[in-house]
Amino acid sequence: MGWDGVRLAAAVAAGRLAASLSRWLRLGGGTTVPGRVARVLHPEVVSRLAARLGRGCVVVTGTNGKTTTARLVGHILARAGIAVVHNRAGANLAAGVAAALVERVAPGDRPEDRAGVFEVDEATLPALQTSLRPRVAVLLNLFRDQLDRYGEIDLLSSRWREALAEQAGGAAVVYNADDPLVADVGREVRGLQIPFGIADVSCGTAVLEHAADARYCYRCGRPYRYEVVYFGHMGQYRCPRCGIERPAPVVAARDVELRGLEGTAFTLSTPEGDRRVRTVLPGLYNVHNVLAAAAACLRLEVPVDVIARAVEEFRPAFGRAERVRVDGREAVLLLAKNPAGFNEVLRTVLHPRSVGGREPVLLVAINDLTADGRDVSWLWDVDAEMLAGRVGLVVVSGLRAYDMALRLKYAGIPQMHLVVQPDLEAAWEAAVQAAADGCVYVLPTYTALLGLRAILRRRGLVRGFWED
Amino acid sequence: MDLRICHLYPDLLNLYGDRGNLLTLAARARWRGIEVVVDPVGIGDMLPPGRHDLYFIGGGEDRQQRLAAADLVARKADALRDAAGRGAVVLAVCGGYQLLGHYYRPAVGEDLPGLGLLDVVTVHPGPRARRLIGNVVVRSPLAGGMTLVGFENHGGRTYLGPGAAPLGRVVAGYGNNGEDGTEGAVRGHVYGTYLHGPLLPKNPAFADHLLRAALRVRHGEVALAPLDDGLEAAAHEAAAARATAGRR
Repeated sequence: MGWDGVRLAAAVAAGRLAASLSRWLRLGGGTTVPGRVARVLHPEVVSRLAARLGRGCVVVTGTNGKTTTARLVGHILARAGIAVVHNRAGANLAAGVAAALVERVAPGDRPEDRAGVFEVDEATLPALQTSLRPRVAVLLNLFRDQLDRYGEIDLLSSRWREALAEQAGGAAVVYNADDPLVADVGREVRGLQIPFGIADVSCGTAVLEHAADARYCYRCGRPYRYEVVYFGHMGQYRCPRCGIERPAPVVAARDVELRGLEGTAFTLSTPEGDRRVRTVLPGLYNVHNVLAAAAACLRLEVPVDVIARAVEEFRPAFGRAERVRVDGREAVLLLAKNPAGFNEVLRTVLHPRSVGGREPVLLVAINDLTADGRDVSWLWDVDAEMLAGRVGLVVVSGLRAYDMALRLKYAGIPQMHLVVQPDLEAAWEAAVQAAADGCVYVLPTYTALLGLRAILRRRGLVRGFWED
Repeated sequence: MDLRICHLYPDLLNLYGDRGNLLTLAARARWRGIEVVVDPVGIGDMLPPGRHDLYFIGGGEDRQQRLAAADLVARKADALRDAAGRGAVVLAVCGGYQLLGHYYRPAVGEDLPGLGLLDVVTVHPGPRARRLIGNVVVRSPLAGGMTLVGFENHGGRTYLGPGAAPLGRVVAGYGNNGEDGTEGAVRGHVYGTYLHGPLLPKNPAFADHLLRAALRVRHGEVALAPLDDGLEAAAHEAAAARATAGRR
């Protein structure tokens, strides 16, 4: 073992020690600290360890659905008998990826039969693309999110374009054909292109909602003409001037049946054949996630039957339609961190099969910490008007509880249906109380979700996210 | 009584929840029994001079702002100059504010000429310069004895000429340029500001000030009935507290 090998071994050992310490001291899940420690001792720890994964890496990026899609991929691969190294807890910056690698791959191992599955922050993709050299890159979507951190989505997509231009010839890009911004990147990359999309016009609406971002053709600046809009700016579109249109999906969902929070059924259509699948994952956005995971796993030669079975038994990640039993009632945690995601969650909650004629109780918790985005102006891009006349009670909480309350007031929710309780624990109790024997729908931003889960964990209602 | 609002480039310049400003103006007028029409006016659309009492322009990404700037100068300049002349309200936020000045000098590329309705110029100090991002609190005579609160996120630095008064003085945050303590610009009833958040929901006194000025154009002096602004005041307080907490 040369000096570099010694350094690498030391980096891995120090990272693992940091992980044990962090858990022992109850500092949290130890999902990033080990990676930071290891990277100090060996800056190239990610590329060196990733190169040892014989089955190669899958990276998953995009604004919404990263965690769910990466976990789907991990679950399908495990069902196919492939051991997986995965940043499961959603720590998706370089340190989180390094931590997962350090913990599961040692310099002495022979991890030939293992695959890496990494969800990667959309702005971190360029850096990690170079060090992970993935066999499959999955591009989910680009929505407006955390403007204070990333600036502009145009800028993000051009960075993706540059990062993917350098990928190896044999690599594949799985991308969302229904998102014009993502498709513009996907159709230009080198290597194999695998577009996925929804092929069922009956789940569309006629009009673009307010949160739609990519209304204008990337090439010529003309507004796209949509034949159908699924949600946000997702749909079947065409530029009337330059003729650029949605690529035909190679992996598609047909005959989609949305059942609100009960989940979704659809026909998974692939070059290897069609399978009818049911999933507990609710909403059209999760159809995209399943398609993306299926396309990535097909590329890694997993048989379509294995994929279909694995999708059916998959259970969601923490806070993504996670169900919690409490005093004979049920709470559903639905992470809502940007306008497009928030709108989809609201639509799912208000779906007739979810509420069954009742007026639902909502707990909306809005924080403005760095991981949430410090700018809460996005609340005004949420189509909160759809709640008017259809909710029993909304409890608003978090550091920006009053901003949310104001948004609901101007959306036409009467103040008698509103309770403002900035303290998360008190808000949880108020919402559960109000739900009587029904269900509480909890819509938190990212750090509010972590805060709420810490409260629920203390009460023995959920497990820690790193144990999940 | 009625109020006619023109929303300029709602599809292009809508980056920071800007429609919240329109929702606030419309709701606060309707709650007082005033009929409100909001006309969206986009690229290539005609803007007949004299029709509207209040004009709103929001902020957008660079590409969108360029598209809007060219159209604004070519097709909307007459109507907006006429508006300023007859005392109609023009409210512009962030990118829209920059377009009301004499010019915007980007980090790279040519100057973007503006309308010159406000005596300000905006200069981007270069691609490596820090963006001015964060919560803002501003002391302003138009805030009804309170402050103005909002969030700012801009690369360009705006400097006032002798013909522009600041909208207010920065208490927390950066404001026009992070140097001279000024925020926004006012001339007559033309208002420019970097405050989004959006601006008006949490600053109801300023929203009502704009409503009164806009109604005055065709209806003379109008007394606005008081509203229950309890939630607005609480949201204002919470935002101001976050702005001070953010100075860690």
